[in-house]
Amino acid sequence: MGELIEILANGSFWVAVLRIATPLILGTLGVLWCERAGVLNLGIEGIMVAGAFTGWLAVYSGAPLGVGVVVAAATGAALGLLHALLTVGLALSQHVTGLGITLLATAASYYGYRVAFPKVSTPPTIVPFAPMTWLPLPVISQQTVLTLLALLLVPLSSWLLQRTPAGLAVRMVGENPQAAEGQGISVVATRTVAIVTGSALMGVAGSFLTLAAFNAFFFNMVNGRGWICVALVVFASWRPGKALLGALLFAFFDALQLRLQQAGGAALPYQAYLMLPYALSILALVLVARKAAYPQALMKPYRKGER
Amino acid sequence: MAGPEPVLRLSGITKRFGALLANDAVSLQLGAGEVLALLGENGAGKSTLVSILFGHYVADAGAIEVFGRALPSGQPKASLAAGIGMVHQHFTLADNLSVLDNVMVGTEPLWQPFSRRRRARDKLAVVAARFGLPVDADARVGSLSVGERQRVEILKALYRGARILILDEPTAVLTPQESEALFATLGQMVAQGLSILFISHKLGEVLRVSDRVAVLRAGKLVAEAPALGTSQAQLAQWMVGQAVAPPTRRPTRNAGDVVCAIDHVSTPTGVRDRLDAVSLQLRAGEIVAIAGVSGNGQVALAELLCGVRRAGAGTVLLDGRPLAAEPARMVERGVARVPEDRHGVGVIGDLPVWENAVSERLRTRTFSRGSVVRRAAARRHAARVIEVFDVRGGGLLASARSLSGGNMQKLILGRALLAPEGENVPLRLIVAHQPTWGLDIGAVAYVQRQLIAARDAGAAVLLISDDLDEVMTLGDRIAVMHHGRLTEAREAQGWTREGIGLAMAGAA
Amino acid sequence: MRVEKRLQPSPAALALASLGAIVFTLVVSSVLVLVAGAPVGRTYALLLQGAFGSLFAWSETLTRAVPLLLTGLSAAVAFRARLFNIGAEGQLYAGALAAIAVGGLHGGSGFAAPTWLLFPAMLIAAALAGAALLLGPTLLKARLGVDEVVTTLLLNFIVLLFVSAMLDGPMKDPGAMGWPQSVALQPELELSRLVQGTRLHSGLAIALMLAAAVWALLRHTVAGFDIRAVGANARAAAFAGVPVTRTLVLVALLSGGLAGLAGAVEVAGRTSYVTLDMSPGYGYSGIVIAMLAGLHPLGVAAAAVFVAGVLVGADSMSRAIGVPTYLADVIVAVSLLSVLVATLAAQYRLRLR
Repeated sequence: MGELIEILANGSFWVAVLRIATPLILGTLGVLWCERAGVLNLGIEGIMVAGAFTGWLAVYSGAPLGVGVVVAAATGAALGLLHALLTVGLALSQHVTGLGITLLATAASYYGYRVAFPKVSTPPTIVPFAPMTWLPLPVISQQTVLTLLALLLVPLSSWLLQRTPAGLAVRMVGENPQAAEGQGISVVATRTVAIVTGSALMGVAGSFLTLAAFNAFFFNMVNGRGWICVALVVFASWRPGKALLGALLFAFFDALQLRLQQAGGAALPYQAYLMLPYALSILALVLVARKAAYPQALMKPYRKGER
Repeated sequence: MAGPEPVLRLSGITKRFGALLANDAVSLQLGAGEVLALLGENGAGKSTLVSILFGHYVADAGAIEVFGRALPSGQPKASLAAGIGMVHQHFTLADNLSVLDNVMVGTEPLWQPFSRRRRARDKLAVVAARFGLPVDADARVGSLSVGERQRVEILKALYRGARILILDEPTAVLTPQESEALFATLGQMVAQGLSILFISHKLGEVLRVSDRVAVLRAGKLVAEAPALGTSQAQLAQWMVGQAVAPPTRRPTRNAGDVVCAIDHVSTPTGVRDRLDAVSLQLRAGEIVAIAGVSGNGQVALAELLCGVRRAGAGTVLLDGRPLAAEPARMVERGVARVPEDRHGVGVIGDLPVWENAVSERLRTRTFSRGSVVRRAAARRHAARVIEVFDVRGGGLLASARSLSGGNMQKLILGRALLAPEGENVPLRLIVAHQPTWGLDIGAVAYVQRQLIAARDAGAAVLLISDDLDEVMTLGDRIAVMHHGRLTEAREAQGWTREGIGLAMAGAA
Repeated sequence: MRVEKRLQPSPAALALASLGAIVFTLVVSSVLVLVAGAPVGRTYALLLQGAFGSLFAWSETLTRAVPLLLTGLSAAVAFRARLFNIGAEGQLYAGALAAIAVGGLHGGSGFAAPTWLLFPAMLIAAALAGAALLLGPTLLKARLGVDEVVTTLLLNFIVLLFVSAMLDGPMKDPGAMGWPQSVALQPELELSRLVQGTRLHSGLAIALMLAAAVWALLRHTVAGFDIRAVGANARAAAFAGVPVTRTLVLVALLSGGLAGLAGAVEVAGRTSYVTLDMSPGYGYSGIVIAMLAGLHPLGVAAAAVFVAGVLVGADSMSRAIGVPTYLADVIVAVSLLSVLVATLAAQYRLRLR
């Protein structure tokens, strides 16, 4: 117990929490935008890998960090467009398409990395984002500008969804696409824009790993974070504010298990601690299962004008 | 009452779906301030025509002029802008959003950074007051009653300034009294300058409400006449193309023993469609018809007797033994079930016709030996079913979803009513939930004949229908369902149409 | 020119569409080969040669096809019932661990039971381990409506960590000098070679027999009908008397069991040990294989050989001219997406007017 207090009292713990939470916030917001429009995007794991790779590669090739982030976003957007084409344009299974895109994006990224660096034993590095030490706030001043971006995107997403006509259109399309169509809204266009936007966010989430958290691209870097985001969206009842909360809670436990490992010695094998994030995600899903208020048209393909 | 220049002109509208010609060169006009009824049986092309008008479909040929200007096809946005509003048969509303959200969506430009909700709320209040359709703007649509939801659906169109309003089978979900209220609203709309296109298959209603009637049959416009001076029989003849004879029902012989006794059954609270201390006795050789507006507990009653829902309190006895909620045992107890949702519950669409024909009987010894299916025997029985019940389509191997509505219903009936050769389980109870919904007149007559025949063979028949004509024609005894409670089941002669209507609204 | 839906499925259209899918896949992978700076024609030639160009190549391909066949069957059975089991990877590892737990050389001696008892016990334990892993998510779906895609996925990570812990601790091979691998399997329990001098083992026969058994189950038994009915429309199936939850449990046992068996067969036939890298994603590839086969058990066999060929050929090609082996994964992923599109395209007809 004493160790716990010690850990929580240490400022660097909370710095780690925010750092771990950042890709989760971005990824969860990305899934949220897709699912609010009625589409399950299981490509997130692969999109994060691709975003991590292309963003890093751009910076390695000499571009400034900001451009790297934009490249990652564009990669995500392109993969999102592919997803939209297949699931919205052709009404193919969202599950299978998403998994296919994850496989494709991951394989293509690893392939590209190996082509660019065929014989390296240690991954080549870049200079990542620096902490925002010019900011006079505690904890946040140790974060990179991407974390600030993630935090600002939460209220922005909330406002867009609840207070703008475009956000209402997205919500309507996710609840009853026929109703949206009958009010003059193009379901295909709205869903496509939502998916592309969400996927761009997923790409940025990936780039955080290579451009801020670490400074190189590793295999198995994303390690299931994408799937955790999918679980977090359900836990967050598809609301941006709750998504932030969920991501922070999750990051809290993840940061905790690392420090408990270091403090607790060899009471449990280290693998047990590493299992914690995944087990917690499953638990979160189970807890909210009964009350989950899904967007009613989620995962139902929409075919216009077909009998 | 019609003005000089038509507000709406359809010329030569043609639409095909694959091999089906849904609309065949239909030309129609709607005058200003006129109520035009579009009449036709199911499958005649009415919904297709108005869907084209509203932009859900694109016509293959033909043109539409609204207030003298050509209407771009296939864009609801353009139809809305031209002043056309549509109240769909199955309401296009998002349950999880509020009334205001449902009305507002799509009315402001998408690039606008702020939603002007207060302005929209005020405008909605003005429109609602003008047409006498009060609603709570912040209520979640999912929590509203059917009548209230229809009001929202209508307000959506009026809010957008519709000058031409299309109503697709609006009274299908209303009690007679609620229908009266709707007709009064229609009158107010006309007084405010709207022109109305009213779709229905109910002859009496059509003559009451409209100024003119247009009749569609098999995709073609076959007749147009003023409502005044036209009789229901004339309309029916136009609809079908020949004189229609209703199924004859010989009066019941003395009804036999009680087959099924439902005693003070209630289903758990909190579920929308529920039963509240319902008691009913079904006797051999008689048809008991349950009237009522959909959503008052009919689904619960049907599911109870089909073995899909458990009673919370009370007992259900079949031939003296309790009826358990086990669909797999229904066949051996002699219960034949015709569910309300043909497509979604009655058949398994992706599986072939023959597997659907034996789906309820697979676990019996006739069609399986242990866990192995006797495919040959199953196919033989399926072939008999589609022959005896005249199921037309792609044959035994075609997927069930490829059948038309009428043929699908015949398959379901055949599966329920036809016993395999060599089996001797007599049919004791038939549960038929909206068995003729959405069928053309020929299929309706066929289904009704089958129910009467089953009754004459000694089965007890429970018919649940929201079609009052059907209830009064077929029911030996009639009971009315309202808010989960069932009235006493009186002899058909003991009811008047008005009486049933009042009971449907809970006022009896 | 117009597109309209066909009323009857047309095998010719499907064949044409599949051809289109293959061509598209080749085009995309050619682009990637060019990006790597390698000659396209030679790359494909080396790939084909490495996969099917000699007896040895065939033996390697078929050896690789065995676990893919089993995970493919696992996915096919599950997806038929609309149970999206993405956890085959974890189930495979669980099965491998169980196989070693039962049949391993524990402390140098192993269980003292006759081989004819131990061998089936080993397989059954593996199947049960895989089945147990899938049962939880399945029940969560049936009772609480929790989406099984995410739960099975997350379990994969948990299982792999568990395997890692086992390999570091209780099941560690004492003679492996720190390399994380399990104790070895008792030699009597290993599967025999089908072709001497190659790695091809009788696991292939087991896998093919299981494919035939699954086909027979789906087509000829009441349980098979139940599985197909639940996958097509669970509500209508329940109405017709199909016990939905019981059927889903059966599917979980079958699907998880098949994936678990994949792990056991790999251990008994190819590796003799459990290591952390014994499966380069066979569980996920199984899903692709099932989709390529249209969820048909016999088609799964063909698709497994195809995917195995691509993987083996790419390994061989990569050793020769250095194009990264991940090309194979790209080919497999693009095949999946293009087959999806092709299957849809085959349902429509182009009308020129």
